[in-house]
Amino acid sequence: METTYQALDYYLIDELLTDEERMVRDLVREWVECEVLPVIGRFADEGTFPMQMIPEMARLGLFGPTLPEEYGGANVSEIAYGLMMQELERGDSGLRSFASVQSGLVMYPIFRYGSAEQRRKYLPKLAAGELIGCFGLTEPNSGSDPGSMQTKAVRDGDGYILNGAKMWITNGTIADVAVVWAKLDDVVRGFLVEKGTPGFSAPETKMKWSLRASVTSELVFEDVHLPSDALLPKAKGLSAPLSCLSQARYGIAWGVVGAAMACFDEARRYANKRVQFDKPIASFQIVQEKLAIMATEITKSQLLNFRLAQLKQTGKATHQMISLAKRNGCYQALKIARMARDILGAAGITYEFQSGRHLVNLESVYTYEGTHDIHTLVIGSSLTGIEAFR
Amino acid sequence: MNIAVLVKLAPDTEAALKIDADRLKIATVDINYVLNPYDEYAVEEGLRWKEKFGGTTTVFSLGREEAVKALRNALAMGADEAVHIVSPGGLDMLGKAKALAAALQGRGFDVIFAGKQSVDDDCGAVGPMTAYYLSIPHISTVVKLDCDGSRITAWREFEGGAEKFECPLPVLITAQKGLNEPRYASLKGIMFSKKKEIAVVEAAPAQAKIEILKLNYPPVRQAGKIVGQGVEAVPKLLQLLREEAKVL
Ligand SMILES: Cc1cc2nc3c(=O)[nH]c(=O)nc-3n(C[C@H](O)[C@H](O)[C@H](O)COP(=O)(O)OP(=O)(O)OC[C@H]3O[C@@H](n4cnc5c(N)ncnc54)[C@H](O)[C@@H]3O)c2cc1C
Repeated sequence: METTYQALDYYLIDELLTDEERMVRDLVREWVECEVLPVIGRFADEGTFPMQMIPEMARLGLFGPTLPEEYGGANVSEIAYGLMMQELERGDSGLRSFASVQSGLVMYPIFRYGSAEQRRKYLPKLAAGELIGCFGLTEPNSGSDPGSMQTKAVRDGDGYILNGAKMWITNGTIADVAVVWAKLDDVVRGFLVEKGTPGFSAPETKMKWSLRASVTSELVFEDVHLPSDALLPKAKGLSAPLSCLSQARYGIAWGVVGAAMACFDEARRYANKRVQFDKPIASFQIVQEKLAIMATEITKSQLLNFRLAQLKQTGKATHQMISLAKRNGCYQALKIARMARDILGAAGITYEFQSGRHLVNLESVYTYEGTHDIHTLVIGSSLTGIEAFR
Repeated sequence: MNIAVLVKLAPDTEAALKIDADRLKIATVDINYVLNPYDEYAVEEGLRWKEKFGGTTTVFSLGREEAVKALRNALAMGADEAVHIVSPGGLDMLGKAKALAAALQGRGFDVIFAGKQSVDDDCGAVGPMTAYYLSIPHISTVVKLDCDGSRITAWREFEGGAEKFECPLPVLITAQKGLNEPRYASLKGIMFSKKKEIAVVEAAPAQAKIEILKLNYPPVRQAGKIVGQGVEAVPKLLQLLREEAKVL
């Protein structure tokens, strides 16, 4: 039995990739294999994020890689970006979440909606991992319906005063700069709030059983005075934060396939090795059916992502298309992780194997960036022309 | 500092090698080729010297079309320039060293790094022979290296001891595991390696002086024998070691 990871590629999608896309994939795969997998279980157990990986992730170029080089990016293709997320999440959803937030939810809005000075001030340092960012949209009373947010900014001379609270914010406590969405004159606007600004605090949310190797926080704003250049000038209305979510969801659609591939690989190898009733459990039809289902769904998601990447690269991907891939990917990955955990028997509940960790992580991924059901309604509304949210 | 690094592609050490139908070479199908692991130390050293002293790091690879992959890997790690020495294959170690020396000659390199050996041919000869044809000193299997800009101090290890060398530049160094910790490539490096034009030079044709007659698999190892457990087994074990294995 082979001991090394065998990435499932049932439909030879590898042949569709360019050399550099393959190189990006192999680079991140090797890094995860050597630097992440040996230690990530310990971080999950302790409930901490592996902070020492941030400089190395930055050196590899995992933050904002699709941005132009002048802002610290590498101008890689959407497929390369997706593959990178797939391989990161094969390690842990927390690591992929960190990269998603930094790239899709912090660097992207500053690049797209920020002023020239804001781009220059923040982007190179975010790419270099010298600054960590977070994205505050969700609030205690405003989750699936972000338009109902209560966080508010009012004008104060040249600047603004911010009041309110955000919840479930990835990287909040460790962030140097927060992209905060708040209503100004009843319009959703984006603000860059730096760590240490008086009145701003970011206590960590502990006691989580999912995404344990990731920091989740509240953001609290009590009369926080912001200078005029804290406002993202070009972001006006809810469509701005939603456009960021489209970026991050695209990465999630790829990422969860990586988690599913890790679970499948682990379950298949274990099934070939584990003997019960004098045979490897892989020789029983029910176990084979599980593996067949897992392989089928992974292959379908891989093909979906590949096509979505082509559409995104040519500017044809709609947010509804991204919703479909995020919804399907998370749903199937969660199912696959659960099947893998099942095949592993009791061994599957320990950190010695990965599937249990992926399984509980994927519960978060299923919910954040739009829950499964919310994406169902997004697709439903695009099919029928009728909005069923309210 | 003008730095050169010699690299080649070698089968992934996890690949299960098979002999080709002609029994003269390794079958190339289903093998994943990677940058020769010892060459990774050489590339890393070349990049560290550039970071310390400034200048450029140029990587050279001799071989068929596949050699380009080794060069792109080194560029993705941070090398500046790459030269592909095209050879139709069939060169022996001496021929390879001559072809490499011809390509390096006259380019004014201060230092040349190579891996101590490739993990497929395992000869460890090409680096030192290249230095010979360039008429420069070489130090092989180096585990530690210092340079003050004009002279180097190099350490090599052997069983039960260590050697320290000093020598002026230019010099050829072959890298042993432990010399450094090779870096990962980066996404930027990969994009650079894709765009970078690779210079091509032709190796002069040469007649190999060594001929491979036939490749054989190593003999299949016999299964071990368990003679018993614990202290009780010791007399029996000693008897077998004496009488059957005849090693005592
Ligand atoms: C680990 C983690 C990290 C997160 N990171 C961030 C972050 O960095 N930044 C950020 O802004 N947010 C973040 N979130 C928040 C996340 O995006 C929200 O939790 C998510 O949008 C759902 O909101 P909610 O939890 O308030 O659930 P609710 O909106 O209250 O939903 C509860 C349930 O009701 C269902 N529901 C709600 N409305 C409808 C409807 N109209 N029709 C049918 N069903 C409905 C939902 O599908 C769900 O099943 C994170 C969450 C987690 C768990």
